[in-house]
Amino acid sequence: MEFTSVLFYIFSFFFVTSAVMMITARNTAKAALLLILTFFSAASLWLLLEAEFLAITLILIYVGAVMVLFMFVIKMLDTDKSTLRAQFTRYLPLGIFVSIVVIAQMVLVLNAGQFDLEVIGVPERHDASYSNITAIAEQLYTVYVYPFELAAILLLIAIIAAITLVHRNQLRSKKQNISEQVNVQAKDRMRFASIKPKSSKESK
Amino acid sequence: MWQSFVDSIHQLIPWFDGGLAVIVIILIKGVALIFPLIIMMAYMTYAERKVIGFMQLRIGPNRVGPHGLLQPFADVFKMMFKEIIFPSKSNIYLFLLAPVLAFVPAVAVWAVVPLGEGFYIANLDVSLLYVMAIGSVGVYGIVLAGWASNSKYPLIGALRSTALLISYELVIGFVLVTVVMIASSVNLNTVVAKQAGGILNWYWIPLFPMMIVFWIGALVETNRAPFDVVEGESEIVGGTHVEYSGMPFALFFMAEYFNMIFMAMLAVLLFFGGWHSPFEGIPYLEGWFEFVPDLFWLLVKMSFFLFLYFWIRASFPRFRYDQIMRLCWKIFLPLTIVWIFVVALMTQLHIGPWF
Repeated sequence: MEFTSVLFYIFSFFFVTSAVMMITARNTAKAALLLILTFFSAASLWLLLEAEFLAITLILIYVGAVMVLFMFVIKMLDTDKSTLRAQFTRYLPLGIFVSIVVIAQMVLVLNAGQFDLEVIGVPERHDASYSNITAIAEQLYTVYVYPFELAAILLLIAIIAAITLVHRNQLRSKKQNISEQVNVQAKDRMRFASIKPKSSKESK
Repeated sequence: MWQSFVDSIHQLIPWFDGGLAVIVIILIKGVALIFPLIIMMAYMTYAERKVIGFMQLRIGPNRVGPHGLLQPFADVFKMMFKEIIFPSKSNIYLFLLAPVLAFVPAVAVWAVVPLGEGFYIANLDVSLLYVMAIGSVGVYGIVLAGWASNSKYPLIGALRSTALLISYELVIGFVLVTVVMIASSVNLNTVVAKQAGGILNWYWIPLFPMMIVFWIGALVETNRAPFDVVEGESEIVGGTHVEYSGMPFALFFMAEYFNMIFMAMLAVLLFFGGWHSPFEGIPYLEGWFEFVPDLFWLLVKMSFFLFLYFWIRASFPRFRYDQIMRLCWKIFLPLTIVWIFVVALMTQLHIGPWF
C-alpha cells in the first residue's frame, strides 16, 4: 500500500470516529472538542488532495474562530440535562424530517453521477511548485469577482445587523467614557488644602 | 546530506524508504530544533529575572551555581517533584488535556520557521497562514483550562482572555496582510528572501506603524505584561492556572515562553529581514562581516525582541481590560485597514526599494 493511502485511512478513521462520537457525546464541551478533531481530520484529508489553502483556512476560521465562540457559549450555558431529554421525543419527528431532507439533498448533489471519474476525469497531480492560492485567487478575482463582492457586502450587512441588535438597549450598560477618563486633569480629582501645622507649643 | 543519510539507513534496514524515511527525518529534525528551544526557554526565565532585577536595582537569582546560572534547572526539578492537585469536581481528562493543547501548537508553529537560507523543517507554501492557523489553536488551552477547573476565577480569566486573543488575532491578521501585499507571497522563506539587501530594504520602514501594532499584538497574544490580564493577580488571583500545579502548570509556562520566542522570531522574519545581515550592500562593512553565519544575525535580532519583552514588563503598569479592547477595536483595527490602502497605493506607485 502506498504511503499516502495509509495516511488517508488514518485520517479518515479519525474523521468518521470523531464525527460519530461528537453526535453521541453527552458532555457539550466534549462534543465541541470532538468537532474540532473532525475539522482537523478533514483539513488533513484536504491536504492529501493538494488543497493546502482550503485546509489551512478550515483550521484558521472554523477551529480558530467559530469553535472558540462555541466554547464561549458552552461555558456560559447552564445545561440542564433532564429538560434536554424531556424535549428529545417532542422534536424527534422534526429532526428525522430535517435529516432525511439533508441526506436526500446530499445524495442528489454529491452522487457518483456528477463527480464520477468518467465525468470530470482523473485530476492531474501537480508538482511542489504549484501554488494553490494563486489558482484560487485567479478564479476568484477575475471570473467570479462580482459574486465574491456580493458575498462580502452580504457579510458586512450581517455584521452591522448583529452589532445594532446588541447595542439597542443600553439601560444597564456600564460603559466608560474613555476620552473623559484620559483628559482628566490632576486638579479635577485632587485639591491641595493648605492646613497650618500647629506648633508644638500650641498643642500643649 | 540527508539523502546519503537515508541511503545508508536504507542499506541497513531494507524496508526503510519512502514515507517511513520522511517521517523519521522529520522527527530527527524536530528534535534537533526543539532541544535548543527548550534550553533557550529555560535560560529566558533566568534572563528575565536577572534583567528585571537589574532594572529594579536588585541582584536577581544568584544562589544556584555561579551567578545563579543553574537556577533554571533547579526550577525544573522543583516543578517535576511537586504534587499535581486536581480540583475535586473538575473534569479530569479535560483538565489534563488543556495544558497539552496549549503546549502542542506553541511547538508545532516552529515547523515552518526558516532559520537561514534553506534551513527549515518544512518549506510550506502557505507557511504564514499555517502560523496563523496553528497559533489560533493555542486559545483552546486557555478555554479548556478555565472550563475544566470548575472554579470561578479560572472561568472569568479564560472568558476575558479568549475574547482578547480572538480580537488581537484579527489585528495581527491584518498586519500580516500588509506584509503579504508587499512580499506578494505567503511563504515565510520568500518574505525573508524579498528583504535582501541591507537594513533599508527591510519591511520595518514601509510598515513602521504595522510593526508597532504587531509587537503590541504579540504582547497580548503571549499574555505578557502590561497586557497579562489572563493572570491578573490583583484582580482574579491567577486566572486560568489557579488550579494547576506541578508539571501541568509548567506546560502552560513553557507554552507561554515558546510563544514569546516565536513571536519575537516572527517580528524579525516579517519586519527585520530574518537571517539577512544589516550590512548588506554597504561597501567595506559587507566584506568585513561576510564570515558571520546567517543564524547569528537571526538570533541577535531575536534576542533584542526578547529583551524588549522584559524591558516593557519592567516599565509599564498593567492595562485595564476594557482599555485593551478599545485599543484593539477602535484604534488598531482602523489603523491597519487604512495602512492596507496605503500599502496598496505604494505598490501601485512603486515607491522605494520595497515594491
